[in-house]
Amino acid sequence: MEYGFTTAAYVVAAVLFILSLGGLSGQESAKRAIWYGIVGMALAVLATLFGPGAGNWLLSLVMIAIGGAIGWVVAQRVQMTEMPQLVAAMHSLVGLAAVFVGFNAQIELARVLRAKAEGGVQVFHGFAAVLAHKTPAEIAMLKIEVFLGIFIGAVTFTGSVVAFGKLAGRVDGKPKKLPGGHMLNAGALALSVLLGILYFTGVGPAIFWLILITLLAFFIGYHLIMGIGGADMPVVVSMLNSYSGWAAAAIGFTLGNDLLIVVGALVGSSGAILSYIMCKAMNRNFVSVILGGFGGETGPAAEITGEQIAIDAEGVAAALNDADSVIIVPGYGMAVAQAQGAVSELTRKLRAAGKTVRFAIHPVAGRLPGHMNVLLAEAKVPYDIVLEMDEINEDFPNTDVVIVIGSNDIVNPAAQDDPNSPIAGMPVLEVWKAKQVFVSKRGQGTGYSGIENPLFFKENTRMFYGDAKDSLNKLLPMIE
Amino acid sequence: MKIGALKESFEGEARVAITPSSAGHLTKLGHEVFVESGAGARAGFSDDSYRAAGVTVVPTAAELIRSVDVVAKVRQPAEGEIRQMQPGQTLISFFYPAQNAEMLALAKEQGITAIAMDMVPRISRAQKMDALSSMANIAGYRAVIEAANNFGRFFTGQVTAAGKVPPAKVLVVGAGVAGLAAIGTAVSLGAQVYAFDVRPEVAEQIESMGAEFVYLDFAEAQDGAATGGYAAPSSPEFREKQLAKFRELAPQMDVVITTALIPGRDAPKLWTRDMVEAMKPGSVIVDLAAERGGNCDLTIPDERHVTENGVTIIGYTDFPSRMGAQASELYGNNVRHFLSDLTPRKDGVIQHNMEDDVIRGATVTRDHDVTWPPPPPKIAAIAAQKPKEKPKALTVEERRAAEALAFKGETRRQVGLLAVGAVVLLLIGLVAPFSFMQHFIVFVLACFIGFRVIWNVAHSLHTPLMAITNAISSIIILGALMQIGSGSWWVVLLGALAVLMAGVNIFGGFMVTRRMLAMFQKS
Repeated sequence: MEYGFTTAAYVVAAVLFILSLGGLSGQESAKRAIWYGIVGMALAVLATLFGPGAGNWLLSLVMIAIGGAIGWVVAQRVQMTEMPQLVAAMHSLVGLAAVFVGFNAQIELARVLRAKAEGGVQVFHGFAAVLAHKTPAEIAMLKIEVFLGIFIGAVTFTGSVVAFGKLAGRVDGKPKKLPGGHMLNAGALALSVLLGILYFTGVGPAIFWLILITLLAFFIGYHLIMGIGGADMPVVVSMLNSYSGWAAAAIGFTLGNDLLIVVGALVGSSGAILSYIMCKAMNRNFVSVILGGFGGETGPAAEITGEQIAIDAEGVAAALNDADSVIIVPGYGMAVAQAQGAVSELTRKLRAAGKTVRFAIHPVAGRLPGHMNVLLAEAKVPYDIVLEMDEINEDFPNTDVVIVIGSNDIVNPAAQDDPNSPIAGMPVLEVWKAKQVFVSKRGQGTGYSGIENPLFFKENTRMFYGDAKDSLNKLLPMIE
Repeated sequence: MKIGALKESFEGEARVAITPSSAGHLTKLGHEVFVESGAGARAGFSDDSYRAAGVTVVPTAAELIRSVDVVAKVRQPAEGEIRQMQPGQTLISFFYPAQNAEMLALAKEQGITAIAMDMVPRISRAQKMDALSSMANIAGYRAVIEAANNFGRFFTGQVTAAGKVPPAKVLVVGAGVAGLAAIGTAVSLGAQVYAFDVRPEVAEQIESMGAEFVYLDFAEAQDGAATGGYAAPSSPEFREKQLAKFRELAPQMDVVITTALIPGRDAPKLWTRDMVEAMKPGSVIVDLAAERGGNCDLTIPDERHVTENGVTIIGYTDFPSRMGAQASELYGNNVRHFLSDLTPRKDGVIQHNMEDDVIRGATVTRDHDVTWPPPPPKIAAIAAQKPKEKPKALTVEERRAAEALAFKGETRRQVGLLAVGAVVLLLIGLVAPFSFMQHFIVFVLACFIGFRVIWNVAHSLHTPLMAITNAISSIIILGALMQIGSGSWWVVLLGALAVLMAGVNIFGGFMVTRRMLAMFQKS
């Protein structure tokens, strides 16, 4: 088989990948889109495996089979609430793979150059054959690409591992920084650029510089993500998603493989857009999210008057039985309490009683973009009653009952009323405009941002304390 | 402390300041509770029911006043009652200090602490002791019941075998607590309810109760927030406009309930003689403002009478008293909540904290001193309504100019970005080899496609999007596959590991995406 054939397969694969991402514009077309992705991937792998330049295909097949089996099992077993962790873990694999591929490129490059210098006529196989044909200028470019690929890959790897730890609750979710803070990151970055220049100019042992760069990049990834709090994870995960794409693109340049470049660019821009959407939904600057924590206080927050009034399940049930229209606002608390099943059951009962039930999803609810949608879908809540903030925000004044389950900052009226609030200007769900609001919450604590929520003190708000799942299960038998 | 409730001396008053149930709560606060014999009789609470709640029943008013520290009653105190009290004793009742200067002077002279339940400030914390609101609520409810009693027809519309009955049309003027209660009651009886208020911000509340807001097109609108949620007098022009609207509505309305009051003033005259004359025979007017002169010209306080054209006008001033049991229950709770604020430690010792906004506001005399009017409370009762910004209507030229400016700015920005990008590209092109530039074109185009495609992805599919991009970013497996066959065992090892990891990702990513997408279903 010739290069031409492989390239043709790549073109088809690239088109399929683009169609696959494009298909995600709707729930129904998405089901078809996934198959485009799978076919594209199979085509690309097979074309490479049996195309020119590849060898050792038996080993490759065995490794794919093992990896595939692991992936399969993990994908079958994972709980939908664990999706953020899974995604983060997967990013780390892509990052590490990029690092390995980058190292290989350097090892091979060194071997080819050495052989060339010895002047021996050698026949290179596979990747080495590509390298052997490179001009000095191309080799210089290649080194930059290797540097970028390894650096981004390594940051993605440790960053994703830390994000995984935070999302899985194995690492404390609070932002933590070593003394020196971001200066440490900047220093490490400067040092790696310096080492990169050493590597580039060929002073000293190239592989040694690369290892040092990798270690520095590992540190940056670790330290950067440790400094970001749990609630900013949607941004972090999408940012890492983007990085894994850019790493793939950089490796694509190294290998001169257009498919890698195309896919890397697709994934990279996808992650970048997701991060942008998340930041916009929190009314925060991307840089400030990445640098961690909230900006400095601009003034004292407005005093809150009134008291939080608790209510029991009977009270909530009575209000629900009287209501005609109900909106449910889920947040991370619902995922933590695994309450999506109970929520779905509640929805089913209320709908059976002829009430309008809808869900309002804030873009940053949960720990992953679209996290809530997936959980509700898992619990068999039909997607056409699950609405975005922009679609439903105007309907709150005509709503009888709003149930807020485990969300806090995204329903905080201070974002609109109090210019001194740390979340001032963040778009929020205007639940307080409904006739009655019930907030299911474990205790009186504040949300992730650590700020009081005046919603809890409003006259039409009642606090339904307790674990979300238990509370809802208590509620269910009382709904007629 | 010893707390006692007097039997109301006012003729016909059925309410009582302490009920057996509120007495139980007071006992829990550490107080001892007394009532005058027969105090609750007209509200349906016998002396025995008080005794059962642990209350000491005292035969006469004089003896009660002698034996307690705090005297609670409903109506404003009579001169004799104040005279019997000793310095240091506390009196809790309605007081109306603005209209009751003599009693205020007397209370000061006697050296008693007088707490006026009508002066409890309107802040959220004090709602549970807001006796005016609880009484107004009852008055509003009762007003509709009285109206229904005097109205010879159904409130609700019906289509029966014997013919069609149109629903009654009810107009509620003034949507304060009483007005809203009246709206709610009338709506639940099935009437078609219209409501009017000078404060446009209550339109929402009116509509939430199921009535139609009578809209008055007038530029100068009142903001009730400045006056603690009460209405203020309106300008003559506004009044004219308002009366014209009422004149238009009068012939259609079957029942009119007026509740318009302005604090510290006589009731505004809103329903004039000619409006009454324009109404249909059999119509009913209930004037809840009768005590303060009435909103209707023809109202006779404390009386029900029928005009020459057959309109019944009800001017009772004792609506809460007509529902003695309910009114006592609510008033008793208001008093009980106030006392629990006065005994913060629940140890039966009253601490009269004059720093507290609520206690300070309600206290009108203390230690031979008149403490009325109180200083403004530290917390505004209701957040001031921000003036709603009207989108400025731009003229055609202005809009065109703005559009042109925006277009120019946009163009400048885009051209600037393109120019910078082009320069950077050219610089790269100067040093980079040709083969790199070829790949670079692909890269840039792919970025553009990526941005276009991803913007269209549905919000709800962002998690599947991440999973699928994750899977396809494992395309990096191609690199590993190309390397695995060449060179040293190091390369093979690293390559094999990379293939393994990418393999996990490809299968895991696609599988989990499929699982997620399969869950999305339409109802």
